[in-house]
Amino acid sequence: MRDVAVIGIGINKWGELWEKSLREIFVEAALKAIEDAGVDHIDSMYVGNMSGGLFVGQEHIGALMADYLGVTPIPATRVESACASGGVAVRQAFIEIASGMSDIVLAGGVEKMLDVDTGEATLALATAADQEYEVYNGVTFPGLYAMIAHLHMQKYGTTSEQLAAVAVKNHRNGKLNPNAQFPFEVTVDQVLNSTMICDPLHLLDCSPITDGAAAVVLCPLEIASKFTGKQPVKITGVGQATDFLALHQRKDPSWLEAVEKAANTAYKMADKTPKDIDVCEVHDCFTIAEICVIEALGFAEKGKGGYMAASGRTAIDGEIPVNTSGGLKAKGHPVGATGTAQVIEIVEQLRGEAGDRQVKNARVGMTQNMGGSGASAVCHILEVV
Amino acid sequence: MTTPARYWREIPQRYRYEGVKCKKSGQIFFPPRLICPEHKSDDFEKINLETQGKIVTYTVVRVAPPQFRDLVPYAVAIVELNDGARITAMIADCEPEEVKIDMPVRIEFRKIHQEGEAGIICYGYKCVPA
Repeated sequence: MRDVAVIGIGINKWGELWEKSLREIFVEAALKAIEDAGVDHIDSMYVGNMSGGLFVGQEHIGALMADYLGVTPIPATRVESACASGGVAVRQAFIEIASGMSDIVLAGGVEKMLDVDTGEATLALATAADQEYEVYNGVTFPGLYAMIAHLHMQKYGTTSEQLAAVAVKNHRNGKLNPNAQFPFEVTVDQVLNSTMICDPLHLLDCSPITDGAAAVVLCPLEIASKFTGKQPVKITGVGQATDFLALHQRKDPSWLEAVEKAANTAYKMADKTPKDIDVCEVHDCFTIAEICVIEALGFAEKGKGGYMAASGRTAIDGEIPVNTSGGLKAKGHPVGATGTAQVIEIVEQLRGEAGDRQVKNARVGMTQNMGGSGASAVCHILEVV
Repeated sequence: MTTPARYWREIPQRYRYEGVKCKKSGQIFFPPRLICPEHKSDDFEKINLETQGKIVTYTVVRVAPPQFRDLVPYAVAIVELNDGARITAMIADCEPEEVKIDMPVRIEFRKIHQEGEAGIICYGYKCVPA
């Protein structure tokens, strides 16, 4: 396998982008990534997109984006893995380069979720769960994570205050991110007093509905210096895993086994352990998700994720900074783009370009992106060369 | 948006509550699977599932999709039946606040939702306090 580096990144401000179409927000991010990489062409591209069909009535996203990026006739593939689509797109690009099949590959993600009303968006998101055996019986996406939260509380004594601490920390980081949808701080009291969505998750325990895109350019490490004057960042570990789609099928619904498996694959490939990670972006679609993920990644002991979240150890100046970008919670969660944007935040951190969010001496970074209630998971480990 | 539920009414396990037992591992699956994820065996026997069980975890849904908006707040739970099979189901016939982890429940055949005033009625299972 060839070594693979990220040489270009592109992202714009996320939020309610009424004045732009799906193709425009993707092409803007892709052009930025191509310019950042300093390449004059790309050989292939992958576009993460969860549900263009339900959100904007558009499928066939690969060809559409290649068309409007002006790169036809290169191969362009749309990748769907629910909310993990953007992370899986990066993995596909990695594989294509590592295999020797292509040299310069663009991986990105895009979702435009605000063209439909909240009810329709809820239905579209719920297609990531088991339609016949979960959604049909009345459970919503926040409902699935709320059931994880209740079980975690019962088993380990996790509290609503600990959940709220995740939102507080991520909004504090998001305030420092110029691309964040909600760049403001919240307090524990504000989280606990916000509208209850699905007990025990309040509105401010949930990530928002967002329009946004993100893109990265990858190439073989050995030719990276030909294109960019910037610090190339090597992808040293990649892992992807699956689990039972329906939450109720899993022996322990409060343990994200696919995340653990994906992380272990990535750790093994990179020859790293959780202690080696300097900065990490995780999939905090709900506050409880970040708590379960830091356990599955090995940053916290099983059952101790809530205590760790509330201890300050995952803050920017903590022992393992988590979601310096503001996470899905404050940066926003355009489902198909999220996984790619996580890679962008880590590249910025490793390049030393993260501004006020910069983690000192960050040399090894990690991303964790998941789909549904954790049935798909993908992790990347990135390092300064 | 209408659900594809109108087609699913033809699927036997939805109304008959049929599962399968892997003859090799003894594990029970609902809905039926064509291959056992543990032993990769395709040798199953059809069984009727237990109707008694208890709540593994739950939530109270307060913001619901359109077809359930009239029901909020309502409780939904993961229920483990006495034979080990697990399902997700609404908890009916009690106040959502009464629902607790480990609460004994049983399955009943109920109306799940209706596609508008004169639309098709979708049936299925809900759980009630046992």
